Amino acid sequence: MFNYILKRLLMIIPVIIGVSILSFLLIHLVPGDPARMMLGERATPKQLEELRESLGLNDPLPVQYMRFANKALHGDLGRSVRSKLPVTEEIARKFPATLELTLFALTIAVIVGGLAGIISAVKPYSLFDNMSMGMALFGVSIPIFWLGLMLIWLLGVKFHILPPSGRISVGVELQSITNLYILDSILTGNWKALKDCLAHIIMPAVALATIPMAMIARVTRSSMLEVLGQDYIRTAWAKGLPGRLVIFRHAFKNAFLPVLTVIGLQFGYLLGGAVMTEEIFSWPGVGRWLFVAITARDFPVVQGGILMVALVFVTINLLVDILYTYVDPRIRFD
Amino acid sequence: MQKKILLVCMMMLLGLSLLIAGCGGEGTSDQDAGAPAQKSDNVLVWGRGGDSVGLDPAIVTDGESAKVTINIFDTLVEYEPDSTAVRPALATDWSVSEDGTVWTFKLREGVKFHDGTDFNADAVVYNFERWMHKDHPLNNGECKYWAYMFNGYDEDSMVTSVEATGDYEVKITLKEPFAPFIQNLAMFSFGIASPAALEKYGEDFFKNPVGTGPFKFVEWIPDDKVVLEKNEEYWGEKAKVDKLVFRSIPDNSARFLELQAGTIDIMDGVNPDDVAAAKANENLEVVLRPSMNVGYLAMHMEKEPFDNVLVRRAINHAINKEAIIEAFFTGLAKPAKNPMPPSLWGYNDDIEPYEYDPAKAKALLAEAGYPNGFKTTLWAMPVPRPYMPQPQKIAEAIQADLAAVGIEAEIVSYEWGTYLEKAENGEHDMILLGWTGDNGDPDNFLYVLLDKDNAVVGSSANYAFYKSDEVHDLLIAAQKEMDQDKRAQLYKEAQEIIHRDAPWVPLDHSTPPLFMYKYVKGYVPHPTGVEKLNTVSVQ
Repeated sequence: MFNYILKRLLMIIPVIIGVSILSFLLIHLVPGDPARMMLGERATPKQLEELRESLGLNDPLPVQYMRFANKALHGDLGRSVRSKLPVTEEIARKFPATLELTLFALTIAVIVGGLAGIISAVKPYSLFDNMSMGMALFGVSIPIFWLGLMLIWLLGVKFHILPPSGRISVGVELQSITNLYILDSILTGNWKALKDCLAHIIMPAVALATIPMAMIARVTRSSMLEVLGQDYIRTAWAKGLPGRLVIFRHAFKNAFLPVLTVIGLQFGYLLGGAVMTEEIFSWPGVGRWLFVAITARDFPVVQGGILMVALVFVTINLLVDILYTYVDPRIRFD
Repeated sequence: MQKKILLVCMMMLLGLSLLIAGCGGEGTSDQDAGAPAQKSDNVLVWGRGGDSVGLDPAIVTDGESAKVTINIFDTLVEYEPDSTAVRPALATDWSVSEDGTVWTFKLREGVKFHDGTDFNADAVVYNFERWMHKDHPLNNGECKYWAYMFNGYDEDSMVTSVEATGDYEVKITLKEPFAPFIQNLAMFSFGIASPAALEKYGEDFFKNPVGTGPFKFVEWIPDDKVVLEKNEEYWGEKAKVDKLVFRSIPDNSARFLELQAGTIDIMDGVNPDDVAAAKANENLEVVLRPSMNVGYLAMHMEKEPFDNVLVRRAINHAINKEAIIEAFFTGLAKPAKNPMPPSLWGYNDDIEPYEYDPAKAKALLAEAGYPNGFKTTLWAMPVPRPYMPQPQKIAEAIQADLAAVGIEAEIVSYEWGTYLEKAENGEHDMILLGWTGDNGDPDNFLYVLLDKDNAVVGSSANYAFYKSDEVHDLLIAAQKEMDQDKRAQLYKEAQEIIHRDAPWVPLDHSTPPLFMYKYVKGYVPHPTGVEKLNTVSVQ
């Protein structure tokens, strides 16, 4: 096992190098000169030239890449060309926001989606099954911006139950330690902030959860159906075991593997930033940050941001693979 | 076992959040259900689409940054609240020498920066030295607006020296007479920063801004909010609100919902479609910002058939501006007849616009030798701009108008950076573009956009490549004239010649709407797009 993990960790290196080259080339080869994007209508040739020079854009691409790679290895991802904020500092601020939202959304998705999938599989083609699978279809097809705006309108404006958007209300003080606001408010014992942050996270988390929830429900259902049809389950029923034990202990544990794969993939995917959700709910996370950077050709942010997202994705994949061995003891990596 | 604990924890978190959702209401929002008629706290929250890029006015160039910094920093002179005429601010009085090259400013006494240090002549000199000299450690070629407004750094700069001639007197020497100088100094970019704070924070001054303005900086959470608080020691009218918060809410619809929920008090960047809904809401008010921009169609005058003035006039007659403004600006713009907006002094209102008249356009085309029209290209921007929200659709409308008089125009578009670059190289025939004013001086429109000095292939801002000596002489004379009335006269004359030569079809001056609660009092939108908010109250 240890050898396997080591091997996988080593494999991350070429992946990250590949991703860094790709993201570097992508942002430098697409049309649109960063210097010109920054200066807009007001650019004079002299200013353009000076800006290009100061951003190092006049050097050959390999030189620029090596400079970026060298700095990145020393933990310096440069500064945003727009805001001059250090990219690492920004990651430390944006990533926790996205992580917090993702954890919440996935929790909702796993519990609701998983339960719906299991019940549907136990009672296939029942009213509940049809309804929940119909809802799941609705969930994967619903446009998030529409759902988000409807939620804000209904819960935020019409009934004033939840704050419309943002992470924390204006005027609520919170000392940030990890930048995971909910964790920070627990750590500092700031219950007012905790309540406020939880109220803020519900709507974006629900909106973000719809697609993974629907996918988890469908995968759970089909995987459960397959397992429930097997002989050992019939034996378990025949032994007279209580239903809960058969379904959760015997069936679900074995049906969980594909579900875990979906959860892992969705987790990595959502951590890359959910642009739409973050945009609608003014959630200052990774997705919106990268999106703005790409449109502004803010290349240090794009390079650094994508590198971080790739690293997270690869790590989560590794974690999911390791989790496999716990879920299914037949899997051995050695 | 560990997995179980994790699961239980997650369940508890979810349960807790649902509990709050269920019994919510109190604490989540300080307003009652329905749109609030008044506020409970003395805080003004401004909702906007983007975040500030930085908070050091000398470096930033974007409106979202300027909106904040103008409240933290004062300039030597400032604009009147409702026009671009200048009035005293940190300088109480000023005079200019006979030859127009030496400006002497008397400074306000007893003013302190937010960090407690004194504002005086040395502070002013320090700031100018920083802006002017590219090798100043806090410049590094980043003071872009200085370079832009004063022709560059060091020996290129219009300003040759700045010296303190007393504790509260500064003498600024220019290379040559340059009338827009005083207008320039009122721009947000030339806010006077605390030299002590600049030295202390260095490169990080942009996130620790210290000025003399009506508000002091409290905190900035990028992509979320900027918080300022009232400066109790302000030399001018003290702020009426205790706190001023700028929140970034990127989606226009979501921002409008926030306004309706009462979590913000005023917003800009509205969807034109929402104006009707805002007008229908009895608690809200729609205010229009006076225009300081122009959207136009330029014709490349060095290319056939646009070298013929009759063709250019024909195109002016062929385009139905009113219909375009009605359809694509939902009426939130004024049709343009001059290359500068009416909010600027020197605007020539006597000019008779080319009226929409396709028959006359056809006749002019026939007279010019194109009875059957011709084929050409029409370039349209790929991105919405303040002066043109839907350039592609506007281009299609113009295309249809031109087709009606026999001109077949193919719409061409490139990615924004490429678009500007190709336009500067003069690769277009007809092109849609526009301009937002910087300093409220007519020079900033007419000289920049239509003087022959700026019609240089590869660096043109004069996309019509309009090269009129008559106009050039007037514009240069106006730059050297210090008397504003005389300058206004020169600009009016220049506008007449430009109208006659018709290098452009001036299309619109957009007046962006803002929504705010009726309890927001004392807010006057400024044409520059940024204003000091010390006069605004929310009670």
